[in-house]
Amino acid sequence: MTTERAKKTARSRRQFLADTAKAACGVGVFGLVLGLAARQAQSLPPVALRPPGAGAEADFLGACIRCGLCVRDCPYPTLRLSNLGEDVAVGTPYFVAREYPCEMCDDIPCVAACPTGALDPKLTNIDNARMGLAVLVDEETCLNFLGLRCDVCYRVCPVIDKAITLERSGNQRTHKHAMFIPTVHSEHCTGCGKCERSCVLDKAAIRVFPVALAKGQLGAHYRLGWKEKEREGHELVPGIIDLPDRLPQMPGAGLGNPGGKP
Amino acid sequence: MKPGQRPGQEAIAAKGRFAAFKWLILRRAVQAAVLGLFLLGPLAGLWLVKGNLASSLTLDILPLTDPYVLVQTLVTGHLPETAAVLGAVIVALFYVLVGGRAYCAWVCPVNPVTDAAHWLRDRLGLKGGMQFRRGTRYWVLAMTLVVAALTGTVAWELANPVSMVFRGLVFGMGFAWAVLAAVFLFDLFVSRRGWCGHLCPVGAFYGLLGAVSLLRVSARRRADCNDCMDCYAVCPEPQVINPALKGADQGASPVILSAQCTNCGRCIDVCSKDVFTFAARPDRREDSKTGAARDSSLRDAA
Amino acid sequence: MKVSRRDFIKTNAAAAAAAAAGVSLPASSMAAAGDDGIRWDKGVCRFCGTGCGVLVGVKDDRVVATQGDPDAPVNKGLNCIKGYFLSKIMYGQDRLTRPLLRKKDGKFAKDGEFTPVSWDEAFDVMAAKWKEALQKKGPTSVGMFGSGQWTIWEGYAAAKFMKAGLRSNNIDPNARHCMASAVGAFMRAFGIDEPMGCYDDLEHADGFVLWGANMAEMHPILWSRLTNTRLTKPGCEVHVLSTFENRNFELADNGMVFEPQTDLAILNFIANYIIQNKAYNKDFVDKAVNFTKTATDIGYGLRPEHPLEKKAANAGKGKLTKITFDEYAQSVAKYTLEYTSKLSKVPEDKLLALAKLYADPNKKVASYWTMGFNQHTRGVWVNGLLYNVHLLMGKIAEPGNSPFSLTGQPSACGTAREVGTFAHRLPADLVVMNEKHRDFAEKTWKLPKGTIPPKPGFHAVLQNRMLKDGKLNAYWVQCNNNMQAAPNMNEEGYPGYRNPENFITVSDPYPTVTALAADLILPTAMWMEKEGAYGNAERRTQFWRQQVDAPGEAQSDIWQVMEFAKRFKVEEVWPAELVDQMPAYKGKTLFDVLFANGQVDKFGLDDLQKGFNNTESKHFGFYVQKGIFEEYRLFNSAAGIPKKGHEMARFEQYHQARGLRWPVIDDKETLWRFREGYDPHVKAGEGVKFYGKPDGRANIIFAPYEPAAESPDGDYNLWLCTGRVLEHWHSGSMTRRVPELYRAFPDAKVYMHPDDARDRGFKRGQVVKVMTRRGEVTTRVETRGRNKPPQGLVFMPWFDAGQLVNKLTLDATDPLSKETDFKKCACKVVAA
Repeated sequence: MTTERAKKTARSRRQFLADTAKAACGVGVFGLVLGLAARQAQSLPPVALRPPGAGAEADFLGACIRCGLCVRDCPYPTLRLSNLGEDVAVGTPYFVAREYPCEMCDDIPCVAACPTGALDPKLTNIDNARMGLAVLVDEETCLNFLGLRCDVCYRVCPVIDKAITLERSGNQRTHKHAMFIPTVHSEHCTGCGKCERSCVLDKAAIRVFPVALAKGQLGAHYRLGWKEKEREGHELVPGIIDLPDRLPQMPGAGLGNPGGKP
Repeated sequence: MKPGQRPGQEAIAAKGRFAAFKWLILRRAVQAAVLGLFLLGPLAGLWLVKGNLASSLTLDILPLTDPYVLVQTLVTGHLPETAAVLGAVIVALFYVLVGGRAYCAWVCPVNPVTDAAHWLRDRLGLKGGMQFRRGTRYWVLAMTLVVAALTGTVAWELANPVSMVFRGLVFGMGFAWAVLAAVFLFDLFVSRRGWCGHLCPVGAFYGLLGAVSLLRVSARRRADCNDCMDCYAVCPEPQVINPALKGADQGASPVILSAQCTNCGRCIDVCSKDVFTFAARPDRREDSKTGAARDSSLRDAA
Repeated sequence: MKVSRRDFIKTNAAAAAAAAAGVSLPASSMAAAGDDGIRWDKGVCRFCGTGCGVLVGVKDDRVVATQGDPDAPVNKGLNCIKGYFLSKIMYGQDRLTRPLLRKKDGKFAKDGEFTPVSWDEAFDVMAAKWKEALQKKGPTSVGMFGSGQWTIWEGYAAAKFMKAGLRSNNIDPNARHCMASAVGAFMRAFGIDEPMGCYDDLEHADGFVLWGANMAEMHPILWSRLTNTRLTKPGCEVHVLSTFENRNFELADNGMVFEPQTDLAILNFIANYIIQNKAYNKDFVDKAVNFTKTATDIGYGLRPEHPLEKKAANAGKGKLTKITFDEYAQSVAKYTLEYTSKLSKVPEDKLLALAKLYADPNKKVASYWTMGFNQHTRGVWVNGLLYNVHLLMGKIAEPGNSPFSLTGQPSACGTAREVGTFAHRLPADLVVMNEKHRDFAEKTWKLPKGTIPPKPGFHAVLQNRMLKDGKLNAYWVQCNNNMQAAPNMNEEGYPGYRNPENFITVSDPYPTVTALAADLILPTAMWMEKEGAYGNAERRTQFWRQQVDAPGEAQSDIWQVMEFAKRFKVEEVWPAELVDQMPAYKGKTLFDVLFANGQVDKFGLDDLQKGFNNTESKHFGFYVQKGIFEEYRLFNSAAGIPKKGHEMARFEQYHQARGLRWPVIDDKETLWRFREGYDPHVKAGEGVKFYGKPDGRANIIFAPYEPAAESPDGDYNLWLCTGRVLEHWHSGSMTRRVPELYRAFPDAKVYMHPDDARDRGFKRGQVVKVMTRRGEVTTRVETRGRNKPPQGLVFMPWFDAGQLVNKLTLDATDPLSKETDFKKCACKVVAA
């Protein structure tokens, strides 16, 4: 009787262990798949832009609980939640600049709505948002590079003259007209996407990408001398001298001054 | 339940059709109401409630947050803002009171689907399939937290049918219907009560949350039980009934104490003898319509 | 290039025909279709007064592409973003293709629904209404509102039909809203219309001053030329004056935001500075200038019963009184640097820098202006004050020294001004008030003496008032969107159109706000659907051929006018004594008398360019456009004309050339007028001669600063300035139908200083109501972006038919030019 029971217990223990192992293996495989999917989901497609205040994609995916409150408080049709089947991690908020850009509300209601801080509540000035970075991707089709006067991207920019400027140069074909080259400045571009949205081409020549995709990085081993000097307000190495050049002493014609300027 | 008869027939005969489905109807009504509240905004422009089950804001003041999803973001290393924490605390306290898995029975949008799958499985007389241990869900729960910690992502939300379906209903479905269909087919063909009863980590989490909950089903008139077995047939977690219903001899409480009970109230509906009733946890009273009460509380006291 | 046999024959046939007629064809006409089957031909941009040359590509009777003409002197192949989309403007989905008449129970009813009708029914109903009005109240009860977007012959035909046919001077163009002040000042200062310089000044000048001209957005291609000069010419400087910071300021070396209306004071200050520093060009002044002053306190062109008009001492008066140089100097002496700076809120150093540029004898200065000057209750004055500065320095009428009035419409000059579509004008600078001019016009048109009435007709704003008052009853709007464009729409625009006494016809390609307010809508051919001619701001006349057919039953404005003229018998519209003078005209229609007069119908269909359709000519049986243009040339190029200086080349030459700048004499264009060597009307040894005036001298006209008609006060505490944006042209009836342009600037918004918005508790993008004493418009607040108004002023563009900003504007006009001041009225902005 006892042995019978003991046998039974032993069997059920074995059973238990086997079942446990099965469960653990099954769940483990499931977890592995899930983990891989999670890794995959961290690669945001380049057209998907996160709302203002979202951190790096990996951080954002840990902090966002997919509640959609930011979407609800966005006063424009900008933000939406990713559906299953889209390339963006399901349930997370994003926008596509070409479809509807961020209108850069003064009070940033999406950030205010976020319960978890996935959209950083420290972002109170929308100018400091970095949703992405505009890049003029195609100089061959950009109408302004062709000399036309489009510059729609420039004029719709909410941070006009800072985030996008028109760099002027002569039109080497007509010799009469100026070219107005739209130039993006990353220190001011919020990535709102107005420029991409309003680019009049069939396919936008200016696009907003996540900053990580759009921005190059200088090596830390080299500094821009003229900028360092400007920042310091003086030469970095003071006291370096120059001796006068010997020049022929001839009167008139400004020859004493190379370049002819007095 | 006589052979060949579907569960609940006796109750219908004894109490009438409405009384035999009272809690089921009420439960469906609550599920619909919860969804309806969230849909009032997008459909009617009446923004009483914004967001979804993960986190919501009611009347622009009351934050409610799913504590499970918040725990997941915590283990990713993100420290959430007050609103979310406060919302999670409120929700957690609520379920501590009413029973954690009341979430499953009364709120979760997947529940009607798995209930439907179960109903159909019975109707079609489908047998067999995979059997998971009831405890598997805790493994899954643990796994979701481990993956969240390892990937730094609220990874479970990539697959979670519960949030996906609810979000789908409120924000736009996309392919979320496919996930729902998968759960339905899984429960129908692969595993009886497979998803909600064995695997779902959301249910597991809420079950743990409600382990000490106040509101419980009590087999107060267990003395009247005629062993028709209808309650076992309808219960999504039938293993929870036995200790309470049949435990009088062992001196067990008539209150169903298992954290896995979803407080769905179906057992109350289908019992022609009105054995079951909702009760508060400390309430161990027993009585009997037929006077067969054996007052266990007295005996316990003794 | 592959040339099919058929094309080859066609091309050769055309060339042979041309050779026989002594015409050498432009290369583009001889070009057969290219590999892609697209035929290219020369055209002109449909939009602003810049007049960019384009090539138009047609395939299967559809304009499928355009390109900037790489050899066009204005734009060298470039376009702005509107020009880039030219090929799409004709193909909006709601193009009108059938006449639409308001009908109820099968007949016309003022409150009926628009119902498609035949042209016959449309003209029958319309003619009956016009005849009824003529019978009851005479010629002043009929009127027409035209456009600086009419082609030259369309404007000419309409003016002739109204003034000579129906004997009503109630025809005015929308150029009244646009260029009338510039015209008034040209006439007062020089006695002849239009700028003395040309676009070449953009390369010749050493300094540019922009006075109320947002060239960066409104004349994009000219701006790129100006910018290039600024970039490439050492020492070149750009001064910009505006009542708010616009895109010009981005290039400006000296950007000045001034208090509205104080431009009058700033210009007098510059004159004062020049005199005080004895910098003026004494030789020039002695030889070529008269000093005068104008009557002051002249009111604001409002209705006579308006308190402001009753208060004005000299309401509407423009009398000039001769004064001496010293008297002039005394008049401007009040405008010191301190006074002007305080009044205008422009810092002294900036004003000084501006004055110094003008006073520097070694710097050639080109001044440009558009609506900032013209849409001004003292528009004629302020135009004149700028001429004063240029004339004092002699910086005028030579390369680089150029006060230059830019135009907003493609043919404000060529059509609205030159062919006499204004209520007081006749072709080629003649006016109805002058008997000799009338006599000449009647003789040229082979009409009895006394046909043309001597009293000027109702100008644009007056037309709306008269419609409202029931004194103008039959009214025809062509080629513009005046319901959206005219001021004070609620009180003075809409009521007249819906006045049950009136019958309103609107000809338009699209269902504009104006069309929808009408009783009869006539579907109209546009741009390349007809043979056309425009005259741009630098006196350049440019032609194009009809490239495609109009959709459905749409017909060009000229077809409509000529066909409508067939509905009137001479006896029905002329008094007996007039008909008796020319018995041969008895029983004839106005079409016979005006257009089948042996002049207009002189050229047969053989003269048409082979390979191109010409709908009107084929319909009427003669080369309509050529006949009209050649008759028009009898006014400006024939021997014995009353006013010289407007000479035009022969019709064919314009089809061959990329536009010619008049006066065209001896097959040569004129780039700078009034200057010996450049202008054939100035004889050797004369140097400079302003031959529009009998004594050859231009007028320096002193005018003081006077306040605006309506300024911000306690309740309405902001200036409201209206205007345009680059992406949309005027009322947006074309550009808003181009999806890409719509997307680039979908809806109007009110530009506001961030502090003004904050003070009112507005967030950027918030929906607000802009209100004036006349109406309100709902829009969104914009505190960023292209326009940066100072505190106390808001700017709102008027292109948006969904936000009719002219519900807000005041119908105050310059009492002299009758042009509305759309730039200044008082408004408030409140949360919606």
